[in-house]
Amino acid sequence: MSLSAFEAQVRQALHAGRLWHPAEIGFWLLAFAAFVLFPSHLLLLNEIAILALFALSLDLILGYAGIVSLGHAAFLGMGAYAAGLLAKHVTADPFAGLAAGMAAAGVLGLFTSPLVLRGTDLTRLMVTLGVALILYELANSFGSLTGGADGLQGITMAPVLGLFEFDLFGRTAYLYSLSVLFLLFLIARRVTSSPFGLSLRAIRDNPLRASASGVPNGWRLAAAYTLAAAFAGAAGALLAQTTQFVSLDVLDFHRSADLMLVLIIGGAGYLYGGLIGAIAFKLLQDMIATFTPQYWMFWIGLFLVLFVLGGREIIHGGVAAIAGRIARLGKGAAR
Amino acid sequence: MLTILFDGIAYGMVLFVLGCGLSVTMGLMNFVNLAHGAFAMLGGYVAVLSMQRLGLPFLASLPLAFFATALVGVVLERLIYRPMYSKSHLDQVMFSIGLVFMAVAGTDWLMGSSQQFIRLPAWLQGRFEIAGIGIGRYRLFVIAICGLLAVSLQWGFTRTRFGSRLRAAVDDARVARGLGIPVNRLFAFTFALGCGLAGLGGALGIELMGLDPIFPLKFMIYFLIVVTVGGTSSITGPFFAAMLLGVADVVGKYLVPEVGAFIIYALMVALLISRSHGLFARARA
Amino acid sequence: MTYRRTVLGGIFGLTLAATAGGAALAQETVKVGLVLPMTGPFASTGRQIDAAVKLFLAKEGAVHGGRKIEVILKDDAGNADATRRLAQELVVNDKVSVLAGFGLTPLAMATAPIATQAKVPQIVMAAATATITEASPYIARTSFTLPQASEPMADWAWSNGIKKVFTVVTDYGPGIDAETSFASKFKAAGGTVESVRVPLRNPDFAPFLQRVSEAKPDALFVFVPSGVGAQFMKQFVERGLDKAGVKLIGPGDVVDDDILEGIGEVAQGAITTHHYSAAHDSPANKAFVEAFQKANPGMRPNFMAVGGYDGMRLIAKALEATKGDASGDKLIAAMKGASWESPRGPVKIDPDTRDIIQNIYVRKTQKVGSELHNVEFATIPDVKDPVKARK
Repeated sequence: MSLSAFEAQVRQALHAGRLWHPAEIGFWLLAFAAFVLFPSHLLLLNEIAILALFALSLDLILGYAGIVSLGHAAFLGMGAYAAGLLAKHVTADPFAGLAAGMAAAGVLGLFTSPLVLRGTDLTRLMVTLGVALILYELANSFGSLTGGADGLQGITMAPVLGLFEFDLFGRTAYLYSLSVLFLLFLIARRVTSSPFGLSLRAIRDNPLRASASGVPNGWRLAAAYTLAAAFAGAAGALLAQTTQFVSLDVLDFHRSADLMLVLIIGGAGYLYGGLIGAIAFKLLQDMIATFTPQYWMFWIGLFLVLFVLGGREIIHGGVAAIAGRIARLGKGAAR
Repeated sequence: MLTILFDGIAYGMVLFVLGCGLSVTMGLMNFVNLAHGAFAMLGGYVAVLSMQRLGLPFLASLPLAFFATALVGVVLERLIYRPMYSKSHLDQVMFSIGLVFMAVAGTDWLMGSSQQFIRLPAWLQGRFEIAGIGIGRYRLFVIAICGLLAVSLQWGFTRTRFGSRLRAAVDDARVARGLGIPVNRLFAFTFALGCGLAGLGGALGIELMGLDPIFPLKFMIYFLIVVTVGGTSSITGPFFAAMLLGVADVVGKYLVPEVGAFIIYALMVALLISRSHGLFARARA
Repeated sequence: MTYRRTVLGGIFGLTLAATAGGAALAQETVKVGLVLPMTGPFASTGRQIDAAVKLFLAKEGAVHGGRKIEVILKDDAGNADATRRLAQELVVNDKVSVLAGFGLTPLAMATAPIATQAKVPQIVMAAATATITEASPYIARTSFTLPQASEPMADWAWSNGIKKVFTVVTDYGPGIDAETSFASKFKAAGGTVESVRVPLRNPDFAPFLQRVSEAKPDALFVFVPSGVGAQFMKQFVERGLDKAGVKLIGPGDVVDDDILEGIGEVAQGAITTHHYSAAHDSPANKAFVEAFQKANPGMRPNFMAVGGYDGMRLIAKALEATKGDASGDKLIAAMKGASWESPRGPVKIDPDTRDIIQNIYVRKTQKVGSELHNVEFATIPDVKDPVKARK
């Protein structure tokens, strides 16, 4: 076919990908409705929303650009400390802190992106891990600034939009986190179904071929990495603001490891994987921790092993079948 | 200062024994096994238990740690590692992290969460001075054993037929199979050897690094560093990487204690940027 | 996707119903939310305190001031974000009247704003940084503070001929507290101090101890978290520092009763200052240790356990004083100035700072019969936390 006809077909497919699937609409309605449906679990829901945003940010680089990272917590921590320090020393306005967190993490992402451009998967794993560890030690060493191992205290947030105070029940916190998650999700959705997003997927699937086709691999990957870092920074800022506390744990290895688990459960590469995985993971963790407060790590590990060995196909296959059935019920937009 | 160097070498030796098993399995099976630390921990606990419950002397507990861990390695490889070979690296990483979680929690349940202690035989305790350098007896012992291991591994790797088959399989498993090399059996044997070495390293390290249920998480970083910096296609690579890192860590903490913890990570990142396939790997197509 | 949500929603609904039903029965009981690190690197703290709390309820009964005390235990794994969330849920969902536990400084600090906002007393049973009680007007402490234990050490060292000390502490709140309070007191007396801080995640003490042996001090002042004490001691001896005449001094955390037997012979001769030793010679303590060991075979109570035991005692006493009124302001007011005979000795809660006033003992680690114990040989009575006392 002719070049312009081909281009038109691609644009059409991209446009079709932006239409909203009915299950998506249902998902977001339920997420907002959870505020009235589960009023005594808003704290847990808030944590889920923040984890979901964090997972979304990893999905951008892992699912769409194919960069494996064991140190994504570095950006979470950067955003959290930036937002926390801003609130403590400059202004307690939540949106300012959010912007600061995103900016700080984004800058860190930009500076470390050269490290992940080269090398094999293994190198990337190690380098990202190393960066997160260095950041951890830095935060520990500059204790006078960050509070060190004792954590950053004395953060009191001003009300959101000047109206909604952060209360003990987590009401403001949940709506705030959920709204931020939704907005950033919309942005991510737009970006991934744009030509830029397509080029990322091309790089993920076959970097040699992509660059041979004229895609500037380095710049695209760096841009994606920076964007993902900013998203993770937003999650970190939300964490600092809704809990009014930041500790070194925000940079700890288990944050990155748990995050990978979340994406594995939900599936990477279609944006909802992180969100669903976050819900499933947090609920699973909460349930297990209630039954065996001491050995829940064992069951999470067992779940992980079984899941990777074969469980994933069963669960994802089942879920995909049901989603397909719903699609046929609804307007049936192509995914 | 030289005493510190000596200490650093001892530390590096243990890191080598711990890490070289991982590097060979990673190179051979292309499998990212973060659970390697769990095998090291197993070896440590086997040594402790054999000394406390069975009353074995320290020296006898070392080979026991080696063989017990190797045996577990063989069994696990057959049962649960095999299906993982074909999966993506990400899946393998998550699988091994799951194993680590299970190992850590399981050990906590079985053995309790406190540090384990062993009593060294009298001839391994204390230190003596040679030309102003304080030589700890146990550290000297560790250097001797690990040095011997390193030399024999290197010899086995480069001078025996088994070694050359192994190197062939690492380079290109398909062609090696085509030549009649039993790659699967090599995998199983090498994995067992790697696990056994980890177990031995764990047992040797009790005095220097402590032993508790979160050992695999605490030290995972260290052996991963040895492997990524040293590369996966030789024995000398991880050896020099382990030496470098052990000495850098100990000397760094001595000279500049405030940033002591940093140095290993910064060094690793710097090395990885400059040589993204590890210090000693040959260029691959 | 929707199917999964339905199932999860169903589980949620069931849980909600269950908690609602449970709440109706809770009118008569006073709930205490006990948040401890039961897993992770500080699990030994959680175990000891949990055992002590259970022992208190068994020995002294659960009914005090006409109300029944019910303890809800939660594991935070030593993670401050978890502590905060658990504390918040305990207050909001389980409607606890008192929060207790807090195995580490960051865990206590993270919870302070919740105690203030919800007006719920927070009993700190383990954490030991001086500034914790200033984080909220609802915090009372039954453990100790590092300066409380370290400053007497400076006095004792100076008056016993030690002129030059090298301090090795772990680089976090309590460690820095210990170092600064010891160093300033010792230097004020005229001694010289050299310091080094080891990172929290440290596999090998060799380089730090090497510096110490080269500096040739009269004594080595050490503070490391209790899990690491054994390793430190072993390397201290392995490096020949004890033979070189360097005395080992410091707060008692390094010869924690919980692991003292495990450390073994190398601990002998250490001089420490602390608020509790299992070998403390009083009828109250003997009864406590005996009951503890009977209920928990193989475990020896340590200073964490006594902090937990006394924390429960404080809650019980407050309830008796308010005649069962469990509102936050009344409880904390009743706690101020409360005093009793603890297994460790006489204690009092300072009405001005809500911190604990207690005896500090100077002890020597030596064999008593076949076991190692910290044997007290000097007492400094009624020590207040010096950091706040100076303000």
